[in-house]
Amino acid sequence: MKMIIAYIRPERFDRVKEALVEKGFFALSVTEIRGRGAQKGITLRGGKVSIDLLPKLKLEIGVEDTFAESVVHIIREAAWTGKVGDGRIFVLPVDFSVRVRDEHITTT
Amino acid sequence: MVLDSGDTAFILICTALVMLMTPGVGLFYGGLVRRKNFISMLALAFIAFSVVTLQWVTFGYSLAFGPDIAGLIGGLDYVGLAGVGMDGEGIPDLLFMVFQLVFAGLTLAILTSGVAERIKLSAFIVFGLLWTTLVYDPLAHWAWGGGWAASLGALDFAGGTVVHISSGFGALALALVIGKRAGFGQYSMEAHNIPMTLLGGALLWFGWFGFNAGSALAADGLAANAFVVTNIAAATGALAWLAAAWIKGTPASIGMISGAIAGLVAITPAAGFVGPMAAIAIGAVAGILCYGALLFRTNRGLDESLDAWAIHGVGGFWGALATGIFAAAAIGGVDGLIYGNVNQFLIQALDAFVAMGYAFGMTYLLAKAVDKTIGLRVSEEEEYVGLDLALHGESATT
Repeated sequence: MKMIIAYIRPERFDRVKEALVEKGFFALSVTEIRGRGAQKGITLRGGKVSIDLLPKLKLEIGVEDTFAESVVHIIREAAWTGKVGDGRIFVLPVDFSVRVRDEHITTT
Repeated sequence: MVLDSGDTAFILICTALVMLMTPGVGLFYGGLVRRKNFISMLALAFIAFSVVTLQWVTFGYSLAFGPDIAGLIGGLDYVGLAGVGMDGEGIPDLLFMVFQLVFAGLTLAILTSGVAERIKLSAFIVFGLLWTTLVYDPLAHWAWGGGWAASLGALDFAGGTVVHISSGFGALALALVIGKRAGFGQYSMEAHNIPMTLLGGALLWFGWFGFNAGSALAADGLAANAFVVTNIAAATGALAWLAAAWIKGTPASIGMISGAIAGLVAITPAAGFVGPMAAIAIGAVAGILCYGALLFRTNRGLDESLDAWAIHGVGGFWGALATGIFAAAAIGGVDGLIYGNVNQFLIQALDAFVAMGYAFGMTYLLAKAVDKTIGLRVSEEEEYVGLDLALHGESATT
């Protein structure tokens, strides 16, 4: 199993969610966060105002190994604007997951 | 020139009640925008109130209530509040002045609906000063300062034309000039804090008692009538919008509180002229009509962002007509359409049309002028980051 953690622009969330649903990926968790990437946020009015933490959304999606690549691809395509601040996607290994309701265990 | 202590005490309190409506508008709008612009909406309301306060005491009051010039504008006799003192008829002249001031401040705050989440602070201050001087002051003079509308016999008890038609159609013109918010129609821009909007609505409902009952300018039976019909129209408007939204899908609380405001707007010009049962009709039509206006606005893809046009503009227009329909001589001394006075209805319609045309046209010109000179709108990056951080250096996200 893989845990996909994606940091995206909040305004791209609708598109990302729809794109995932379209390909049959329904489960996800979302958190409102603030963060920054390598560019240290945004500078406004010729450098007079700098904002180093911007609102982003953090998505967490657990998938079976074989789907990890396509989920990453779907998220990237839907979250992309081409400008600085589009975000970043991390893929982490997961030992196993357990469904609370019936203790169903997923390992692969 | 005898002061009445009861009247004076009552209008002092009503003035304070109406003042609270301005931050009420800020909270109402603040809850409806995205969190990154929450502080901006509240700040704009306070700034509107402050700008108008200074404008009003220096020359605005004189333009509105100074000696009439050709039915169009007041003379400059009261500039710097010259001759506006502690004496007066019933209530002190100073008190009448400040009671009118809080109306003017509130009206400018309502306009921020049309430019929410994208207006430059400096541009708003300049525009606000121009708008209150060239749109609000003449309209106030026409209706209440001895201008042509008053001479014609047009009825506007507490400001349906002066406050609501002007700010509603003004907001529409502003929205057309400044343009849509970045991303409007492409992704959802949902209200970020609905309880805050409900709190703002509560303050508006509460303050509106001062707005309408206070417009009797005395602590008397007419004030009581205005108080009662105001509450009835608000309650009916809330239920009517809720019901209409329920039939179409969901009985959302935002619709319910918007309906209450629509009812309050519509009863405003009528509060001193109609009775309780007429208030039910006025509030019910307002709730449904303004809901329809909101649907029309969203279907057309217009970004008059927080619906001042649908609620204040359309509601105010209906209120002006409704005053001409339901007015009863037993209450305010004038009969309306249902008592056979067709003439009054026609006067109301004419007054509403002229106010609508003037407010829309003049606002459009002023907005264009400010846009061409200093620019109305923030930069793309500032809009993206949100006005709280970009303009005020503050954040509502802790």
